[in-house]
Order: sequence, then structure tokens, then C-alpha cells
Amino acid sequence: MQVELKVNGKPVSADVPPNTLLVQLLREHLRLTGTHVGCDTAQCGACTVMADGRAIKSCNVLALQMQGADITTVEGLAQADGTLHPVQAAFKECHGLQCGFCTPGMVMSTVDLLAHHPQASEAEIRHLLEGNLCRCTGYQNIVKAVQTAQKAMAA
Amino acid sequence: MGANAFAKLPHIGESLKRKEDVRFLTGVGNYTDDVDQANQKYAYFVRSPHAHARVKGVDTAEAAKMPGVAAIYIGKDIEGKMGGLPCGWLISNPDGSPMKEPMHPILAIGKVRYVGDHVAMVVADTLEQARNAAEAVQVDYEELAPVIDMKKAKDGPALHDEAPDNHCYKWTLGDKAAVDAAFAGAAHVSKLDLVNNRLIPNAIEPRAANASYNRATDEYVLYVANQNPHVERLLLTAFVLQLPEHKVRVIAPDVGGGFGSKIFLYAEDVAVTWAAKQLNCAVKWTAERGESFVSDAHGRDHITHAEMAMDSEGKFLAMRVHTDANLGAYLSTFASSVPTILYGTLLAGQYTAPQIYVEVDGWFTSTAPVDAYRGAGRPEATYVVERLVTRCAWDLGLSQDEIRKRNFITSFPYQTPVALQYDIGDYHACMNQAQQLADVAGFAARRAASEARGLKRGMGYSSYIEACGLAPSNIAGALGARAGLFEAGEVRVHPTGSVTVFTGSHSHGQGHETTFAQLVAARLGLSPDQVDIVHGDTGRVPFGMGTYGSRSLSVGGTAIMKALDKIEAKAKKIAAHLMEASDADIEFAGGEFTVKGTDKKIPFAQVALTAYVPHNYPLDKLEPGLNETAFYDPVNFTFPAGTYICEVEVDPQTGVVRVDRFTAVDDFGVIINPMIVEGQVHGGLVQGIGQALLEHGVYDPDSGQLLTGSYMDYAMPRAANFPEFKLGHVCTPCTHNPIGSKGCGEAGAIGSPPAVINAVLDALKPLGVTDIDMPATPHRVWQAIQNAQA
Repeated sequence: MQVELKVNGKPVSADVPPNTLLVQLLREHLRLTGTHVGCDTAQCGACTVMADGRAIKSCNVLALQMQGADITTVEGLAQADGTLHPVQAAFKECHGLQCGFCTPGMVMSTVDLLAHHPQASEAEIRHLLEGNLCRCTGYQNIVKAVQTAQKAMAA
Repeated sequence: MGANAFAKLPHIGESLKRKEDVRFLTGVGNYTDDVDQANQKYAYFVRSPHAHARVKGVDTAEAAKMPGVAAIYIGKDIEGKMGGLPCGWLISNPDGSPMKEPMHPILAIGKVRYVGDHVAMVVADTLEQARNAAEAVQVDYEELAPVIDMKKAKDGPALHDEAPDNHCYKWTLGDKAAVDAAFAGAAHVSKLDLVNNRLIPNAIEPRAANASYNRATDEYVLYVANQNPHVERLLLTAFVLQLPEHKVRVIAPDVGGGFGSKIFLYAEDVAVTWAAKQLNCAVKWTAERGESFVSDAHGRDHITHAEMAMDSEGKFLAMRVHTDANLGAYLSTFASSVPTILYGTLLAGQYTAPQIYVEVDGWFTSTAPVDAYRGAGRPEATYVVERLVTRCAWDLGLSQDEIRKRNFITSFPYQTPVALQYDIGDYHACMNQAQQLADVAGFAARRAASEARGLKRGMGYSSYIEACGLAPSNIAGALGARAGLFEAGEVRVHPTGSVTVFTGSHSHGQGHETTFAQLVAARLGLSPDQVDIVHGDTGRVPFGMGTYGSRSLSVGGTAIMKALDKIEAKAKKIAAHLMEASDADIEFAGGEFTVKGTDKKIPFAQVALTAYVPHNYPLDKLEPGLNETAFYDPVNFTFPAGTYICEVEVDPQTGVVRVDRFTAVDDFGVIINPMIVEGQVHGGLVQGIGQALLEHGVYDPDSGQLLTGSYMDYAMPRAANFPEFKLGHVCTPCTHNPIGSKGCGEAGAIGSPPAVINAVLDALKPLGVTDIDMPATPHRVWQAIQNAQA
């Protein structure tokens, strides 16, 4: 079946089987492998992308449900000249990543978190990150990265 | 170069931002599942739904006719054509007889022995076709009773004919008679029974493997999520498939966390490699999370009784320990060494107990294989020692810090009664700094404030030690290791003066591309940007034993240091020639060669260029080029140590434990990148606190089903479970490597569980609770309070 949507600002048209997940469309059809699959059951958050301004778990939604949607993946965050998005820059600055596998989902969730909760306190940030698992960092530097991005984006 | 001089070089001790981060942050990392190879098919495994069953027949006829199916392999297809998965460490019984080592087949032969055991592999054009066909494979099982509780394993049905009582080995260490005599004369004896709960590693990247075969060259390429690609290749080729080692290239590209679980050679890696040749195509497999839960090697799972004999002042006289260790259904790659060599030898902790005796029984059960998981044996030892030491304090009416201080080792080198010799440490310094950072002085006021809110506050100590930097190969060999444990490094200086380093260590989150670049840049007077680190590819790296046991910098980094020594020695000869001086008069510092007592100097880059454009060059004495390799085998383990202090608040109405403060002071020796080291500690702490409060791998005792097989059932630590950690460092440089480094990757997971449980018990003491097992979930805490009040 035909699905038409926008991914990272570019129109995409693909003929996919109806049971194709959004993450499969991104990873397998479009070869955007920055979006990861860590659990298949919408719990780890590694597959998080932005759809029409909200973070969603792309392993838990069909590509066809995204008909006409505007999708941003981790590949679409930095500027064309390579300048990192403030959230990406903050994760680097604060050592908010180690193995990097959960990172794309963490970054996309943070973009969503700061868009909807720009004043979030540390405790609120920790709660708002509950949909994203990280096994490496112990979360401390992820929280610091979110706070750093929070300041940068408010400035 | 010694550790003190090394520590003063530029970039050493600098929290340089990581070189690897931009690719991960922009989505262009390259993990195994991101790799596609030409002519690629997909594998899906049929796994046992039963914990123990006889496989009476497998009917693949219908499945084989389904669309896209290329092949379906079952046990009889591989029987006699390949070996089983090998175990890399031989443990012997006290009578000298070897452990029981039953066959660990790649696909089940005759029986299945745990839920998730691999029965058949389906290969098809698409993953969906492979999965659909796998569902159509008909397996005729005759269910047998499972063996879940290792305390009852002896009388259970035999999982393996070779081990009729399910007993794999008994292992002992220490002088039993001397220990018994010390106990007989002791003023006090404290005793403890405890369980070290089973953990499921849960790297967020699931295991994955993708193998291809080239008929023209008879060569294989295996991409695999693995921590030690050369070891993977050696085991795969020499022990299982009997292939020429040089015909297989193993690439472990970006790897999304390991924590031990990706050290091992797994059946899936072998099966896809073998099938790639049978089908003359690439075969790709990526675990679903559910498969990871049932088939990744699990961690811990010990039941222990421990006793300490003391004199009237609380000085330790002797320690006696018995442990039952769950090995799972088969011996995984290093399974046998974890509850023995990596456990019993750490039971001295930071203390001077002159006699220790430990006895370990290893059991087969109908559960997933158990092997190394972050810390591997040392967390289990630390949990025994640090829980017991706190128990000793409370039995004697001493404080937790006082009993530790009375028994700390203060003189080095120190020979423990359990084989290890600690080279250096300063345990009082770690304790003192931890007490300051934790504001121990303010605890009483905080406790009173909690009490006023109806909450119970407690403080728990843990003064851990671990052995890292595996290991002197000769000692490991004498203890049963079937491999060497050195590391290799190659430093390739390019004509323009930039450098590529090929290391046998493997980074799966540890940031080696940054830390190792700092090391090389410091030595050669370069910018870290001029140094690239290559790892994880047997086709590019000379050799390697990989990354586990916090060995990368102390062993892998030292191999690079040795290669740099050779680079420097050769470069000095070239510089001497260029400056028409004697070799002995050349000095090298800050990237410049100088002639002693003159103002003559030339930069490193000029020497590099000369080595590759040898127009003016001592060709009669020296080969062109500047490319050196070194192998380094350490002379001893390294001994990171520290003191952790945890403060919890418990709600006695609900049993909820909240970690309010956590302070960790570690002595890792010389630190190259403090930012990265602290990140390692944070991650370790969360895994250790997760073990203490949240995580538990549970099998149903009757059916043998894994009850915690998803993120709905297995409590993974989340951001909101933790306060901000306070970290401190003490530095006593390791005495036997030139970096002075000890290793930092596992300390957090090793030191924290007993600190948390001691804190919980300290909080619950006024309610009469004297014991609790991990994980201290709200239900367990609430139940313990009810039982104590009953």
C-alpha cells in the first residue's frame, strides 16, 4: 500500500505491506538507521521519533497510520552544515551518552520534553524520561544534558 | 615512562569531550543490525517453550514449503559436523577430577534444557517469512520435570547424563583446618545467609549477528555484537566449526552496551556463520527483546552462608563461606570461572582476616546459562563480605565505619589468604573522603527529620575491592584458564605525522576512541584529533583479548604504551641521524626531539615524514617506516577499591525504599579522562542499586518459565529511581603498569548493592528487621516489617 509522508523535511512516498511498522519504513526502506529497536514492545524508547511535533515510539505504530505526517528522526535534527541541535550539543557536552544505542531515542524524547515542559525541574525531568531506558549512563548525565539544553534553548 | 611522569603529560586528566559522540548523536553509528550484506537472508530461531523436555521429533515439512524459505536446520543436521560451544575455564574438584562439561550443542540434540533453548533455525528471504515458517515447525516434546531450585538440584531429574546429580563441580580455596581452628578460639562469631539475585543483563542493543561467505576466497565475514571479536573468532573457528582462523573475519562494529553479556560465543553466531556457507549467502539475525531475556547469559544467582570469627575487639580472625552457584543449563564461555576464581579470591575484601576458607558448589539447572555480568564474581564476593562486616559491627555494637577501620589493610604489598597480592591502596583515605562527602555528621539530624515525617532513614557502608586487568596469563593458566589474557596494540604513524592505533580492546560505550587518543597524543605531543583508534575488527587489528573485567586501559592501554616506547626509540634514531647527533643524546618531549645541551630540535612530524621518505636516512642501520606493535601481559591484577555510603528513606506503611543520597569514593589509580570515568561509575551504580532494589530474574519453580521475560515484568532502573550521585577520587597509582591505571568499569556495580541493603537494614533496625534479600522491593520490605512486628 502506498504511504505518503514527510521525513526530515523531504516528501517520501513508499509502497509497503500494510503491516509495516514506522520503524521498519525508516530503517529498512529509507535506510535511516539512526532510529533503533531495543525492545519491540514500546518500552525502551530507543525508536522514539517526532511525528507532527509529538514524540512517538516508532516500533509501535504502523507506517500507514502516519499517512501525511511530518516525521523528524535523529538524522534530521542537526543543521545542514553539521551544527548540532542544542539537545545534541548538550548530550555531547555533558557526556549524556556512552554506547549510543538509546541515544537517538533519548535525544528525540528530550526535544519533545523541552518543547512541552520548558520549565521542568530536575525531578520532573527524571519522571518525564521514564519512557526511555539507558543501561550505560546511570541517567545522571542525561539529566544534566536535558538541563543544559533547557538553558541553551531558553537563551 | 613511569605512572607519575605519565600523569603529568598534557591531556592526561583532561575531561575531553568524546570523539565518538557526533556519530551517535546524529544517527550515523553503525551497529550490527544496521549492517546489510549482499545477497542477504534472515534467520529466525525456533526456541523451546519447555524448561526440560525430550525432543522426540521435529517436523519441518510444512514449514519448508512456505514462501521464501531457503532452509530449516535442526540438531540432526549439525550433529557430528560441528562441536558444541566451549567453556574457556577448567575448574577442578578438590580430588583433582575435572568439572562436568556436557555438550552445549548449537541446535538441540535429543533434549532441551531451558526455556529459550535453540531447537531449529529457519532461513528465509525476509524476516517475516522466516518467523512465519518458524511457527509452522512442529516439535514433538516429551516434557520432563525441570530443575529450578539449585538447593534441590541434587535430587532432581538429571539434565545431562554426564552429571546425574546436576553437580558441575565443587571448588575450594584456603586452609580449612586453620580456619576451623581460628573459629574454635574466637571470642565472637557472626553469621549470615544471603541470596545474590539473578540478573538479566539487558544491554539496550539486542544481540545480533550477520555472516556472509565468499566462495571465491573461501572466506567468511561475521558482523556480531560482541566485546572481544578475536576471542569470538578463535572459539568459533578452532573449537566449534573447525575452520581455518584466518578465513574468518569477525567485525564487532558499534556495539550498544555489553556488561559481560556480549563476551560469549553464542549458538546463534555459530549457526548463521555455518549457514552462510551452506546457502552461499549472507544470513542476518537480530534478537527480539524477548529472545534476549531468555537466551542472553544471565548474571549472579548465588546462595551463600558466611561466617566471621573475631576477637574481643572486633578484629577479624577468619572467614568461612559456602556458596551454591547456579550455572544454568549449560556452561557458557566463562561460566565456571565466575563463582570460583573471580569470586573466592576476592573474599578478603579490604581486610586483614588472616585465614579464609571458601567452598563453592556449581549446579546445572533448567535455566538460561549464567556467566559474567558487570563485575563477574566480584560483586558477589563484595556482597558477602560487606553484608557480613556490617553484621559483625551490629553484633558487636560497633558502628559500620569503626569495624571497617579496625580491620583495614594498611601495609602494601599485601598477600591475602585467598591467592591475590594487592599491590597498593589507601582504604582509610577512601573512607574518610566518603564520610566527608556523605555528610555523615549531619545524618542524625536528617534521620530525625525523616522520623518526624513517619519515615525510617538508614545509612549503609560498603568498602569494596575488586581485581581488574585480567591477568597474568601464567597465573590464569595455572588456575584453569584455557586462554591467554594479554592485550595487543599497534601504533601506525602516518607520513604526515597523524596516527592510527589498532587496539585489541573493544569499546561498547567506554569511550576508548577518546581516552586512548588522549594517551597517544600525550605521549607523542600531538592533538587528540590527530589520533584515530580502530577496534573491533579481526581484519584490521593484529590480535586482541577484548574488553571485560575493566581491563582495557590497564592492559590494552599498556600494550599501546609499549608500542609507543618502540615508536619513540626508533624515532629517536631517525632524529639523531637528522640532527647529526648520537642516539643517546636525543631527548623527546612535547612532540619535539632535541639534542641534549644544544638548541637543535625537530618536530615529530618531520621524523615521521623522514621515516616514509627516507632520502636522508640511515638505511644501513634502520628500516624505513614508523609502525610498531606490542603485546602486553600484566604481571599482576590491578586492585581498584573504594568506600560507598548510601542513605535511604523507607516508608514503613508501603515498604517503598527511596535512595536519598549516594556517595562513591573510588581509587582507580591514574585517571586519563575524569568525565568518562565518572560516567562509568554512574552507570555501575545504577546497575548495582538496580540489583539491590529493582531487578530480579525469576523462573517459575514448577514450570521453569521465565516470569520476568519482558520490560513489563523485569524492573529496569529508570531516571526517577535515583538521586544525583556524589563522587570522589583517591589516587594510589597501580605499581605495575606504566599508566598507573587500575580500571573503573565495574566498581559501581560491585560496591553499591551491599551499601544499599546495609542502609535499608539500618533504617529498619528500630522495627526489629534484621535481614532482607535483594531486591528489596516494597513488597519484601513491607513483609519483613510485618514479620518482625508479628
